[in-house]
Amino acid sequence: MLDFIESFSKAFFVQGRWKLYLEGLGNTIIIATIAAIIGVIVGVIFAMINYLKKKTGKLKFLSAIVNIYITIVRGTPVVLQLMILYFVVFASWDNGIMIGAITFGINSSAYVAEIIRAGFESVDDGQREAGRSLGLSTWQTMRKIIIPQALKNSLPPLFNEFITLIKETAIVGYVGIMDLGKVPGMIQSRTFEYLPPLIISAVIYLGLVMLLTLALRQIEKALSKSDRNGGKK
Amino acid sequence: MDNVIMQEKPILSVRNLQKKFGQNEVLKNISTDIYKGEKVVIVGASGSGKSTFLRCLNCLEDPTGGQIIFDDVDIADRRVNINVHRQNMGMVFQQFNLFNNKTVLENIMLAPYLIHGKKFKKERKSQNKADKKLLKEAREAGNLEKYQSILERISQRNRVSYRQICKEKAMELLRRIGLEDKAKAYPSTLSGGQKQRVAIVRALAMNPKVMLFDEPTSALDPEMVGEVLNLIKEVADEGMTMVIVTHEMGFAREVGTRVIFMDEGVIAEQGTPSEVFDTPKNPRTKQFLNAVL
Repeated sequence: MLDFIESFSKAFFVQGRWKLYLEGLGNTIIIATIAAIIGVIVGVIFAMINYLKKKTGKLKFLSAIVNIYITIVRGTPVVLQLMILYFVVFASWDNGIMIGAITFGINSSAYVAEIIRAGFESVDDGQREAGRSLGLSTWQTMRKIIIPQALKNSLPPLFNEFITLIKETAIVGYVGIMDLGKVPGMIQSRTFEYLPPLIISAVIYLGLVMLLTLALRQIEKALSKSDRNGGKK
Repeated sequence: MDNVIMQEKPILSVRNLQKKFGQNEVLKNISTDIYKGEKVVIVGASGSGKSTFLRCLNCLEDPTGGQIIFDDVDIADRRVNINVHRQNMGMVFQQFNLFNNKTVLENIMLAPYLIHGKKFKKERKSQNKADKKLLKEAREAGNLEKYQSILERISQRNRVSYRQICKEKAMELLRRIGLEDKAKAYPSTLSGGQKQRVAIVRALAMNPKVMLFDEPTSALDPEMVGEVLNLIKEVADEGMTMVIVTHEMGFAREVGTRVIFMDEGVIAEQGTPSEVFDTPKNPRTKQFLNAVL
């Protein structure tokens, strides 16, 4: 038992190693947050292009490009995307964290686009027709009526995507970016004990995901006020 | 039909309207004129093209041929900015189509606020600018009385925002249908009849010249049909021009000034309600009326 405690303290407290976890956690949060922002903005725009093409028959060219992008990004491993961006596209840029964030932003945007597209399709067409029949423009109808409802409908899968994103960013360790998933390896190379740093890292991930789940659930609750009975089941 | 009305220019003129969905020809060269104050009721079997015809009138369905002249403009022409013309045509749907993410009050004020807000602010700005010039003149002339009256006028004008004006008007419409206590409720909490009445005043809030009704009572429980028909009748009695697609034959007879019977994409018969309902000439009309009455 004492051995156990000692090896954990070696993996966490000795030589201020907890600072490594903290730094890794910080990097993980930065990468995931920026990636989520890029993913949502690009994803919503792409989903909108596809929706408008379907409803109005315009934007055919843009929609084709969007679909090619989604196919390629979803059809190739994110590790390879990361290596291509890190070693080739941004080879002369030494900000690994930003490159990681951009990679995961691009990757996430393809998934978000599909999630939001489903959200758009779940909005009854009568909502759009009602907006247009009152004389609102396509954009006014989108902004005030369709997008809010589409986003609300896609919240649960969107939140799932965020949670996946946080864990998935551990891949950046492949190109030597120090995130929370990379820290155990660094500590192992000094203490030669494998289990404790892995467990500590896993617990931090778990705590982060649980916190996020809690927060997202609150947001979902707050947004369900237009449901029947104000969202109370 | 009144002869005096007939001599006026029609408010809505349909010329050789065609609509095809792929190979399926739904509307075949329909022509008709709708005059101010008319209540045109369109009846017919399902699949006769009556809903498609109505939806072509405000181009929710793009016509594949023909013209629709509204306000001297052919709105079937795709180069026309249809939004401007739709602002003058209210539409009420079978499925109500209230905006689910907006409260009842927001549903009613959304379109007037978004569409007329900019113009209103611009106008107010130019009025204020003109008044400020007058204010300066009065001050230079030393006319204190005039100075104060202009100052008062400016503050009076700027006291209420356009949002408040829209809100007040929306509340007035809600009071009219007795739903002012539902202003902050979301549509999902309303009954079908309440939803449809809100949908009607939402369309009225834009002060349209024509109201289009697409089977406004077909999705309602029987006990709620009456309240909706009463409201439509009230609006009709105020002189609104209306085109109504309905299966309520009693209502058609009561409110309609003209009945159009549609069959397989053409107008098979039209005339006053008593002409069409009591002495139908077309065998298809007779067949249809026998089936529904």
